[in-house]
Amino acid sequence: MFLTPAPDTGQLTVAPRDFPTNRGGLCQKGWTSAELLTSPERLTTPLIRDGKDAPLREAGWDEALAHVTRRFAELRATRGPDSVAVFGSGGLTNEKAYALGKFARVALGTSQIDYNGRFCMSSAAAAGNRAFGLDRGLPFPATDLDDSEAVVLVGANPAETMPPLMGHFDPARLIVVDPRRTATAQTALDAGGLHLAPTPGTDLALALGLLHVALVEGHLDTPGRVAYRRDRTTGWEAVRKCAARWWPERTERLTGVAAADLRRAAAVLAGARRAHILTGRGAEQHSKGVDTVAAWIDLALALGLPGTPGSGYGCLTGQGNGQGGREHGQKSDQLPGYRHIEDRAGREHLARVWGVREEEIPGAGRSAWELLDALGTQDGPAALLVMGSNPAVSAPRSRRVIERLRGLDFLVVADFVRSETTELADVVLPVAMWAEESGTMTNLEGRVLRRRAAKAPPPGVRTDLEVLHGLAVRLGRSGEEFPPDPAPVFAELRRASAGGVADYAGVEPRLLDDDAPVYWPARSATGAGTRPGGPAAALGTPRLFLDRFAHADGRARFLPVEYREAAELPDAEHPLYATTGRQLEHYQSGAQTRRVPALRAAAPQAYVEVHPDTARRAGLADGEEARVVSRRGTVLARTRYVASMRPDTVFLPFHFPGTGAANVLTNPALDPVSRMPEFKVSAVRLERADANAPKEGE
Amino acid sequence: MVVVGNGMVGSRLSEEVLRRDPLGARVRLTVVGAEPVGGYNRVLLPGLLCGALTEDDVAPGPLGPSHLPDPPVAGEISVHGPFSTGSTVTAVDRAARTVLLADGRRLPYDRLVLATGARAVLPPLPGLHLDAPGTGADDAPTAPTRTGALAHDVTVLRTLADARRLLALAHQACARGARIAVLGGGVLGLEAARALAARGVAVTVVHATPHLMDQQLDPQAGRILSRALRRLGIEQRLGTAAVRWEAGVGLHLADGTVLPAAGLLLCTGARAETTLAETCGLAVGPGGIAVDEALTTSDPAIHALGDCADADPGLVQPGWEQAAVLAARLTGENDTARYLGTPRVTRLKAAGIELTCLGDPFVEDEGTADDGGPEVLRIEDPARDRYAKLVLHGDRVTGAILLGVPDAAAGLVQLYDRGAPAPSDRLALLLGRALPPETADGPEAMPDRAMVCRCNSVTKGVLRSAWHEGAHTPQELAATTRAATGCGGCRTTVEKLAAWLAETAPEVGRTPRPP
Repeated sequence: MFLTPAPDTGQLTVAPRDFPTNRGGLCQKGWTSAELLTSPERLTTPLIRDGKDAPLREAGWDEALAHVTRRFAELRATRGPDSVAVFGSGGLTNEKAYALGKFARVALGTSQIDYNGRFCMSSAAAAGNRAFGLDRGLPFPATDLDDSEAVVLVGANPAETMPPLMGHFDPARLIVVDPRRTATAQTALDAGGLHLAPTPGTDLALALGLLHVALVEGHLDTPGRVAYRRDRTTGWEAVRKCAARWWPERTERLTGVAAADLRRAAAVLAGARRAHILTGRGAEQHSKGVDTVAAWIDLALALGLPGTPGSGYGCLTGQGNGQGGREHGQKSDQLPGYRHIEDRAGREHLARVWGVREEEIPGAGRSAWELLDALGTQDGPAALLVMGSNPAVSAPRSRRVIERLRGLDFLVVADFVRSETTELADVVLPVAMWAEESGTMTNLEGRVLRRRAAKAPPPGVRTDLEVLHGLAVRLGRSGEEFPPDPAPVFAELRRASAGGVADYAGVEPRLLDDDAPVYWPARSATGAGTRPGGPAAALGTPRLFLDRFAHADGRARFLPVEYREAAELPDAEHPLYATTGRQLEHYQSGAQTRRVPALRAAAPQAYVEVHPDTARRAGLADGEEARVVSRRGTVLARTRYVASMRPDTVFLPFHFPGTGAANVLTNPALDPVSRMPEFKVSAVRLERADANAPKEGE
Repeated sequence: MVVVGNGMVGSRLSEEVLRRDPLGARVRLTVVGAEPVGGYNRVLLPGLLCGALTEDDVAPGPLGPSHLPDPPVAGEISVHGPFSTGSTVTAVDRAARTVLLADGRRLPYDRLVLATGARAVLPPLPGLHLDAPGTGADDAPTAPTRTGALAHDVTVLRTLADARRLLALAHQACARGARIAVLGGGVLGLEAARALAARGVAVTVVHATPHLMDQQLDPQAGRILSRALRRLGIEQRLGTAAVRWEAGVGLHLADGTVLPAAGLLLCTGARAETTLAETCGLAVGPGGIAVDEALTTSDPAIHALGDCADADPGLVQPGWEQAAVLAARLTGENDTARYLGTPRVTRLKAAGIELTCLGDPFVEDEGTADDGGPEVLRIEDPARDRYAKLVLHGDRVTGAILLGVPDAAAGLVQLYDRGAPAPSDRLALLLGRALPPETADGPEAMPDRAMVCRCNSVTKGVLRSAWHEGAHTPQELAATTRAATGCGGCRTTVEKLAAWLAETAPEVGRTPRPP
């Protein structure tokens, strides 16, 4: 988008920008995004709490930064470097994500860093890495979707979460997989597309069932697909056997998706000359998220989609910089350039770039939930620095998270408004918002974008990079190691990522200044994949895997998977499935969007979508306040009758705090590989809010 | 732990045990199976018959837990405990806790699991058997171990070898332009007939009672199913018993006619295989080896599950659920796991036919729900091969037949499985999604609060106000309200609204826009 300051007041006006991914479209969050920049609720001065029960008081920057570094240094000296932890965000720019990871490992020397993207893309990332040897949201430009003849959207609701993307789909050719009839599913149905509504937590079996149908109905026997599997993949025979066990009638009984619909969907998908399978959080946020995504990738590989021009598998990113944020070292097990932290060569490369010894770089730390769950415990960190996140609302089992944050010796939060997490902090640092600082972001296509500052931050506000600079210098590092400006940070990021999977070495700033489309990996500005032509020609690697996959043998791997149940299933006491998700008006924990009047007016409070029959059985009329109870806690939400809901399932948006915080209910059962919590399935019961004896889960 | 039987349920038990105890720390597992290839998937035999699946597909899947942190690549996970296939158990010495194998070996056990499955029941029909029993062809079917070898042009369908034999018969029949007779119009007979027909084999089903699948269907549904199958090329002779098989001629029927056929497939039921259990003195009930909810037999050290046990035999799903329960107990994962039965759902797996039967649909007392009696709903649409019948007691579905209404079946089976209350809109339940979708009404029918542009929360009322304030073209409406500036999906609706407003409020439309 473009932001134009009014000549007199400096108030910014939003105008959409005609860009390939959004085609000049903006949703309500985009149109209203400038409103918060001038909100009276902006934090403009650091706040310090003198003692656990004292209120937050205003303080100067020098005092605040000195206070933070003194406490960090004390804890390091007495309890070791891992006593200080860092929690980052998929909303940070590439520069900030990189600097935060370096700050943790070099300035604090801690292994304890992870970020909220762990709750977002980690399952798809792990499955993509296993199958293809590389993980990039879309391994092709989004405009490829325009010509697709069949697109399967698994657990993704772009009509609400990414509306401009809908312009790339022909709704008649959409197959939407979602337990709810979402806006996206309705769009598909209205146009003659398909909606498959599986029981929550059964998408893995659904994928295997579709693969079974494709197999027995002969869809996989075309010469092209046979040759693709033979020449470009390994492991088909094992997966073929996995799929053979999921005959349609068995799949139907478990998933509730009619066998006839499975056959129809398989025929549409297999009959398309160009087809795509895209997954979203609905497939990924499970304790079997990696296997679920792997099953959908298996289906894509069986049909020969990945690495074939005009077709493919992809994952739709969630946060503003969901892609770039996961590449440059905010993850507990990862170093810049999407390198694994145990990779010796990568460690040595980073040691050279950072000017430290290889053995000084800590090893892998705790993943996001495990980190939050350990805060303030005997073996866990005693202090935490949070940047760009509101885990008190957005993490699973949020009541436990709040308890752990309270249990810390020392909590530092950098944010631009007060949030449920800043309310627990010992020090709050007011930082700049997105329109007030420059940097780069990487979109879901792996395209690196320049974001330019439209105005200066309000007086008293510093950028995240300035904060990290100030802290690092006070911790004894040199100012050159942690520059306050984004340009030198990006230059260092390019060197640090060079040779890695996500190689930014060739992403020269002048190319971004010219709006040249540059996709990683870009080993050099004129490197592999570069096409001749002017600055408008795509640079780097717009389409991955066309010649080979990123494994050493150049082949994609089929991943054998077997269905397993969700960690918690409905029972007599908690007879309903609860699933959570986003609504159009809000972003993440809602700390920003709940402060925009138009968005708040459109979506003011927590609600629970429920089938009228199910609600009536609980004695709830449409619009009445309901209590939703899981083993972990209770949420109050307005009942919303939705006739298209499965009678066994309720839905809650997770944007609201306090008594309406849906994540009070969610189950932190983790995927064994990605450590993704099970946001999408928990067992609940529904009751009237005025019913007697509220039974608290904990 | 020794498991006798490596069929679908026996091999599933091994898998479930390995999933819980991948390193063999708690259970040392030995499987004794008669078939050289263990654990093939019997449900998929029709798929094999029609050529959609290979023998490899129906063989056991990759063993081992897929949820281990390391990449579950086939072959990486080793199987613990000695596996012994290709032999049979001939006797059990319960006092010494050993089993005797056909090859003379003795295996000690702490726990013994019987998963011996079922055998085909043969009708007392002259001509089925070889005149000289024991000519011992290698492809002799499994059934006649007690009754003598079947004739070369007769087979049952229980094992992989049976499927091979049937395929060979079908090939010969095709080559000679002849037909295969299928005796028995139950689920297996119809699935096999459908699979053979899909291969281009001429096939006739002979069934003694007047309508097909009489165990599951009422006469109306049976009639409609017959028509649907005829349309798919499956001939039927109903209400007449077979009296004699004559090789080279065909099947003689009770009505005096002869059905010319080159081969005969017997699908006349199955019975629990309890020989071993009986010889070692275990209690045996009417449906198989007697077991309690812990799947323990009358001997606490011996368990039984699957088709050989007297606990929901006959279908795969119960056997697999029993395997999970027993594995949980034997590995110590859950000492109190119990098998409490599986809701009975029959799903005919025949391409082109969508048939689901559940519970007891044979209720004809169509009382009203008010008098506490059952509630029965029925829709017959024979011209389109559709039939739907639903029986409810109170709010619970207790029986149903759904033919040709696949959308309804999926949701209904889930309700039935869980014993969940049925939705109040019974008709929608019966028809699934077959109800017409909500029609897209014109702009005049939309209420003012109807959301037009979801991306930007713009209702019809907002657009109408904007139009009255002077934004008359779709572009002007978009500029003032931001409607259609997100995904663009509502552009057509905004255009229609603008046209409708111009039509219905011409006097306003002519008013010049305020400056």
